[in-house]
Amino acid sequence: MKPANPSRIPLYAFVAFTLLMCVTPAEAHLNTTGMGPIYDGLMHFLMSPEDFVPVLALALLAGLRGAAYGRRALFVLPIAWLLGGLAGLSAVAANPHPFIAAAWFLLLGGLLAADAKLSLRVTTALAAFLGLYHGYLNGTGMGVFETAAVALLGLVFAVFVLVALAAAFVVRLRADWARIAVRVAGSWIAASGLLMLGWAVRTR
Amino acid sequence: MKRLANKVCPTQASFAWVALLRSLTAITLVFLCAPSAFAHPQKGEAVGFLTGFRHPISGWDHVLAMVAVGLWGAQLGSPAIWLLPVAFPMVMAMGGMLGLMGVPLPGVEYGIALSAILLGAAVMFELKPPLTIAALLVGFFAIFHGHAHGTELPAGQSALLYSMGFVIATGCLHALGIGIGTVHRWGWGQKFLRLAGGVVTAGGVFFLWRAVA
Repeated sequence: MKPANPSRIPLYAFVAFTLLMCVTPAEAHLNTTGMGPIYDGLMHFLMSPEDFVPVLALALLAGLRGAAYGRRALFVLPIAWLLGGLAGLSAVAANPHPFIAAAWFLLLGGLLAADAKLSLRVTTALAAFLGLYHGYLNGTGMGVFETAAVALLGLVFAVFVLVALAAAFVVRLRADWARIAVRVAGSWIAASGLLMLGWAVRTR
Repeated sequence: MKRLANKVCPTQASFAWVALLRSLTAITLVFLCAPSAFAHPQKGEAVGFLTGFRHPISGWDHVLAMVAVGLWGAQLGSPAIWLLPVAFPMVMAMGGMLGLMGVPLPGVEYGIALSAILLGAAVMFELKPPLTIAALLVGFFAIFHGHAHGTELPAGQSALLYSMGFVIATGCLHALGIGIGTVHRWGWGQKFLRLAGGVVTAGGVFFLWRAVA
């Protein structure tokens, strides 16, 4: 009687395991590949709630008003951010004013919570001012121009992606409770702005 | 033929599966032993958010009152079900702002305890006042909760992330109350909510007694 052939699966598993153990360094920060500044800019935006939250609020607000508003914010905000950043790169360092940061939270969060019926022009103006102001502040703190310009591109890319995702998510919401949930998020943002205002007065 | 052989000889196939599972288990164990990367150790900011998030849920006086807001909103139905949880964080933040600015507010502990008593009683007796009265009552007590949060901001932490943490935690507590309040559609659920309101009121009485004593 011919003996049964042993399965090769354990052998494959052993080879796979050995290969997994031989992995090379991940180079997560990509400094050695030259891609570092782009990801630095991208991560800077994602890790900075004072930048991230107002952009999210504006994207949600534009999404609540409809696809046309979302598209306008999608292009105006990153372009304004890029222009503001480029202007900031050649300027002297400027510190963000805590009252203005709190005001952005209050304004955009309050408009979102109230489901304000803004015109397309006002939404465009809000996106432009927000982009110019935050872009300028980002630009002034970026240091060397060559790498900073690349970092700025990564940052603007992150803004674009966030606006696209958040606005598109809200545009397709039809259920009343879902739209109310978005407005509740706005009230949380406005509440955070009020507290930032109190903090700014306290540390003044 | 191989398929046929596997069918004929199930022992061999099961042996292969056992071996595969062992290999996968070994690989999983190796991966689980990897230490955390801590590539971006922004400890101060993360701690600020977590401290803020924990603040409302670390004290039963806050928890009871905020869950009661959600329960009452669920009992009152639309539009109170969403208006009260929107009004509470906003007015609470105003109270927090006063606390941060150093504006004194007398009887904060009494106010917090009374909020649990009155909101719990509103749930227990299924009170249905006009929406404005309900919003004013909730807003009035929110000032006391916010003031307590504002004055207890730990030094050296990110004010923004602390604020966001405790606003989000407060909202989650309201959502919990609303979630529990959805049982109001059933008869047994209505009794359960009234019982829960009684528990909140009893808790409020306890906190008031502790504040006075």
